[in-house]
This record gives sequence, structure tokens and C-alpha cells, in this order.
Amino acid sequence: MNFIKYLLVGMFFGIVLVKSEAVSWYRIFEMFKFQSFHMYGIIGSAVLLGILAVAFIKRTGLKSFTGQTINIAPKERGFTRYLLGGSIFGLGWALAGACPGPMYILVGTGVFSMLIVIAAAILGTFVYGVIKDKLPH
Amino acid sequence: MEYILQPWPWYVSGPLITSIMLLLFYFGKSFGMSSNLRTLCSMGGAGKYSDFFRYDWKSQRWNLVVVIGAITGGFIAVYLLSDGSAIALSPNTIDDLNALGFNGAGETLLPPEIFSWDSVLTFKGLAILIIAGFLVGFGTRYAGGCTSGHAISGLSNLQKPSLVAVIGFFIGGLIMTHFILPLIFSA
Repeated sequence: MNFIKYLLVGMFFGIVLVKSEAVSWYRIFEMFKFQSFHMYGIIGSAVLLGILAVAFIKRTGLKSFTGQTINIAPKERGFTRYLLGGSIFGLGWALAGACPGPMYILVGTGVFSMLIVIAAAILGTFVYGVIKDKLPH
Repeated sequence: MEYILQPWPWYVSGPLITSIMLLLFYFGKSFGMSSNLRTLCSMGGAGKYSDFFRYDWKSQRWNLVVVIGAITGGFIAVYLLSDGSAIALSPNTIDDLNALGFNGAGETLLPPEIFSWDSVLTFKGLAILIIAGFLVGFGTRYAGGCTSGHAISGLSNLQKPSLVAVIGFFIGGLIMTHFILPLIFSA
């Protein structure tokens, strides 16, 4: 079954984010207070290794398992949407202590009140989709 | 086994997160968790209200499977792969949280002061979760990605827009943590 590999990657993701404590509201609070290196170490080492790996993929033209060259889509150009949208996201991230990945993972850890946060996040996405043409991008 | 049951250090966790992104690249996909929120909107018929939700959401089903896996992974990590050790927060963080009325910081993954049903089932508690979720959902789509799409994948691919988005994440996060949380919570 084609989907099993995605299920396994998701499981691995969930386990890593719980075991690293990156899903913890407390760790996010601590990060924004600059009181521990923990979260910076996680994100920093992930990005550093990611930069090397992506450069390697581009240089060697590595193929995906279907035989196509791996192509990592560049982000659309822009400034306002990234700064404004990012700041709005940051406000929510620090309040909920969870970004979209951890939100789902935390439901699995037994925090069912997170379902309210997820429902509100779906609503937020919906409202963005409805009013997006009126926003500066 | 002992090392697996204990919390994992950052230098193990960070590279493992990179490996998840690389696996998804190898499968010809991308690493982006917030896209699922848009997919769920489209599945629910949001295409009736905006073109933004009129796309082939079925092509995104693989990402929903990642979500189902992530939920399962969260369950496995907590119930099978944990020794119940507290989160080793900085003493300064624990002091600051005490001052805001949060007790027992780090004993659980999340503060019961926000996520226990006793807290959630009050007007203030419910408002906190709804506003937080709304800001995350709205902001992430406006910015075109979240921590996985911008901070991890975008920065790995040296994308300037992602750097701007991550700076935004921090502007919002610092304002919330330093100025707004003290207004919401005070002991």
C-alpha cells in the first residue's frame, strides 16, 4: 500500500517531536524567553544539516524514488505577507505553544482540548481564504 | 533502551527532523504541516466560498496520512517510549512561570492552567484556545507556511521569504510571550 510510507514518516515525526519536547508549551515559552539553548539547538541543527543536504541534492541532481529529479519548489517572492502573516502566526504559536505539526501530535498524547485549537486553526485558514484578496501580500 | 526512554537531546532531535524532511523529498513531496488545514477546508466544501479552496485536494491525501501517523506517533512516544521524566526547563523559566501563576512547570508536556478541561471550560480558557488556534491558522496561510515549511524546509533551501517569515514568527512570539501573556495570566 502506497500510503504506508507516509504513515510511518508521520509516526516517526510524532515520536521525534514528543521525545525532543518540541511539542511542549513550556519549551516554546522558554525559547521566546531566550532561557535555554534547547529549541535553538533543535531548529539550528535541523536547518544546518538541511542546508547541506539540499545543496547536495541540487548538486548531484538526486532522483526521488519514482526516478524524477528532486525539485524543491521555491517560495513565491514577496515581503509583506511573510512578515505580517509570520507575526500573526507567531502570536498564536506562543499562546497555544504549538504550531500545526505539534497540534496534531498532542491529540495523540491525550490532550483532547487541542482539538479546539485545531478547529479554530481550520477556521482561521478558512477566513484567510475568503478575505485573502483584500489583504496586502 | 534507557536512552530512548529518556528525553532526546537537541543534537539527536534536530538531525532526525532533517531526515523526515529528506524522506518526504525522496518521496517527491514536501514537508509542510499547515497545508493540511487548507486541505481540510477544501474537503469540507470551502471551495463554495473561495477559489483558494478550489484545487485538487485529493492530491494532498498523502499529507493527511502523515497527520494520522503523527497522531499515532504522539501516542506511542508518550505511552510506550517515555519514562515520565519531567522537562528539564531552565530555573529562570520556572520562576517566570511561577510569577504568572503556572505551578509545576515541566511536570507535564502542557500546562494544565491552559489545557485541562477545568481551564478550558471557562469563558477565558475557551477564548484562549480559540484565539490561539485562529491566529495560527490564519497567520500560517497568510505567510504561506509554518515551522516545517518555512523554518525547516525554507531555510534549508535558503529562501529569503522564509527568513522573513521566521523573523515574523519571532516578532509575534516575542510580543505574545513578553507583553501579552503577562496581561492574560497574573498570579
